[in-house]
Amino acid sequence: MTKVEVQQKVLSENERVARNLRDAIREHGIYCANFISSPGAGKTLLLERTLALFPPATRVAVLTGDIQTDNDAQRLARYGFPVRQISTGGSCHLDARMVERALEGWDLASLNYLFIENVGNLVCPASYDLGEHDKIVILSTTEGEDKPLKYPATFSRAGLVILNKIDLLPYVSFDVNVAKENVNKVHPGAEILEVSATTGVGFSQWQQWLERKRAACAQPAAALALA
Amino acid sequence: MHEMGIATAILDAARKEAGRHEGARVLKVGVRIGEWSGVDPESLRFCFDALLAGTEPSPPALDIEFCPRQNRCALCGTVFALKEFEIQCPGCGAPATQPVSGDELELAYVELEEA
Repeated sequence: MTKVEVQQKVLSENERVARNLRDAIREHGIYCANFISSPGAGKTLLLERTLALFPPATRVAVLTGDIQTDNDAQRLARYGFPVRQISTGGSCHLDARMVERALEGWDLASLNYLFIENVGNLVCPASYDLGEHDKIVILSTTEGEDKPLKYPATFSRAGLVILNKIDLLPYVSFDVNVAKENVNKVHPGAEILEVSATTGVGFSQWQQWLERKRAACAQPAAALALA
Repeated sequence: MHEMGIATAILDAARKEAGRHEGARVLKVGVRIGEWSGVDPESLRFCFDALLAGTEPSPPALDIEFCPRQNRCALCGTVFALKEFEIQCPGCGAPATQPVSGDELELAYVELEEA
């Protein structure tokens, strides 16, 4: 009998593809975000409103993942930007290979933003690197404030936590401060934005956040061009 | 929820490793699963066994090392398991400490029976 030490990540194949994606995304100065939430937290509406506020010349594209249907792609395509649906056919998350396939034929040089809407699920998407800059985790006020404690893997990896449906606070028992404390417990110092994708509250901060992220991505390429 | 995919990836990686040793058969696969990896060890074991059921007379065993979420204090070096998400250092009281384990989703080793 022989014991062979392997010491590799179980998802090393996904990591390899994600690394290639990340390299391509970086090379083109694109800011890429992976949107994760439970079903119904408002990922699609948040993206719809975000697209609606972008000037028409904005170089943005969206991949949207669902187990079935292309309903989300249809909703997102109304804003005139390129959108593709990834139907996972049963899988509860997107993996890097699905993103790689979905990007085929798209000219990355023509993009500044790439948004990936993951399958609605707070568990599995956290394990799969898609080559993104940030995982943006959306928590809505119609859920429990303890979601961050129940799903620490996802919230601890969030580059940004968006508290959505903030307009519903008068009607629900959601305590924003408790939710923020819980985010902070699993992810000390996490950035949190409060928005409503329905009314547009908080969207100027959200837009500024995105612009700041995109500007930071554009810099390395500009520096290279000058060198 | 995605443990079937994870179990498949583990088996694939173990068999790939066995493939480097001619005629070798996988006896046991060792994995390290972090408390915050998003993978449930019991569910993973169920999926692993289900994948192998009826495939061979003595299918490989799965050895799971569960890795609790641990933080380390940069000031005094104390390493401690998180309880109730409390990240304050129990050694010196420093308010913030950094995670050192708990995210693992790793293939640690394979035990092979050489031909």
